[in-house]
Amino acid sequence: MAKSVVQEFTKGLWAEIPPFRLVLGLCPVLAVTKSVENGIGMGVATTFVLVCSNVLISLFQNVIPKKVRIACYIVVIATFVTIVELVMQAFTYELFLKLGIFIPLIVVNCIVLGRAEAFAAKNNVGRSLLDGLGIGIGFTLSLTLLALFREALGSGTITLPSLSGAGTVFSLFGPSFQPFGFMIEAPGAFVCLGLMLCGMNMLGKK
Amino acid sequence: MGDIFVLAISCIFVNNILLAQYLGNCPFLGVSKKMETATGMAMAVIFVLVMAGAITWLTSAYILKPFGFEYLQTLSFILVIAALVQFVEMFLRKSIPGLYAGLGIFLPLITTNCAVMGVCLINIKEEYDFIEALIASFSYAAGFGLALILFAAVRERILLSNVPKPLQDTSIGLVSAGMLSLAFFAFKGMA
Repeated sequence: MAKSVVQEFTKGLWAEIPPFRLVLGLCPVLAVTKSVENGIGMGVATTFVLVCSNVLISLFQNVIPKKVRIACYIVVIATFVTIVELVMQAFTYELFLKLGIFIPLIVVNCIVLGRAEAFAAKNNVGRSLLDGLGIGIGFTLSLTLLALFREALGSGTITLPSLSGAGTVFSLFGPSFQPFGFMIEAPGAFVCLGLMLCGMNMLGKK
Repeated sequence: MGDIFVLAISCIFVNNILLAQYLGNCPFLGVSKKMETATGMAMAVIFVLVMAGAITWLTSAYILKPFGFEYLQTLSFILVIAALVQFVEMFLRKSIPGLYAGLGIFLPLITTNCAVMGVCLINIKEEYDFIEALIASFSYAAGFGLALILFAAVRERILLSNVPKPLQDTSIGLVSAGMLSLAFFAFKGMA
């Protein structure tokens, strides 16, 4: 039953990778994956919140009264989200503007609350840290992968985050490329994620 | 008056909260397998969102802004919404048991529904006045309900058809949500 410490970390990367195996937190996945830069930025921000809230909640698991635990979790998560919001506003202002309301919406990302309730409240600090880190990195990977598909097909570029804040743009197909605008818009996000989920299911069946 | 009508239409159709703004997708996929649950969820969202929109607007205008506490927006909004949902639940159970029986199980889920929080944040970001915020909240919620109920009808049909194994369940759900979103995308021409 008890998983090894390594497994706590690696399960987030394949066996329980969000949002494919853990169908939670779809809104940021669909909304910010218009460019790779946004995807990575969102992934890193979510990972930070996930790790910090997991650690704090597992530290306080004996102090928090059972009946008001959800409210306590939300306050803890909201605090870390506010920290992320202020830090991003100060250091990566352009990315902060691009992600818009999806930064404060990490508060209601079901992955974060889900891990707090299902894992951090029952396990020790070390394991909760690894669990948060694993799930967070898995989430970042999925966002990046989806963003790669959508940006490459939808605008023919790949934008990587850079420290200056503007993002480095690589053009993929040369000047004669006709962008497949469908992928960048909302319908493309749904269809692309659906097809990726289908691909994951096919791989997982073996 | 005309402006308010335009705002309502644009919030329901053009900027549909689920299919164009990508908010509230977890309940969208989670409760849309049956018509009954979809209708219940839609009603609960309309009910809570209008109240949450009003209260967060008041919080922002009369507490956060005068004292320069805007950076606490995220924290205060989520607390207000969580408290509101809890309060609504208790009030309904006590006074209107019929409505509670219908909406009851959906109410706790609404706290973590990003459509509610999202609309409250949009109201502040777009600098709507109080009436506009109320109209926008109601219209976004109505758009949510419309899309959810339409999608539930689609999903009930999908159940009857023969879907390839890897595509089953959430996967085909997402692809058909994409098609529905494409239909709503056409409303962009109206704006």
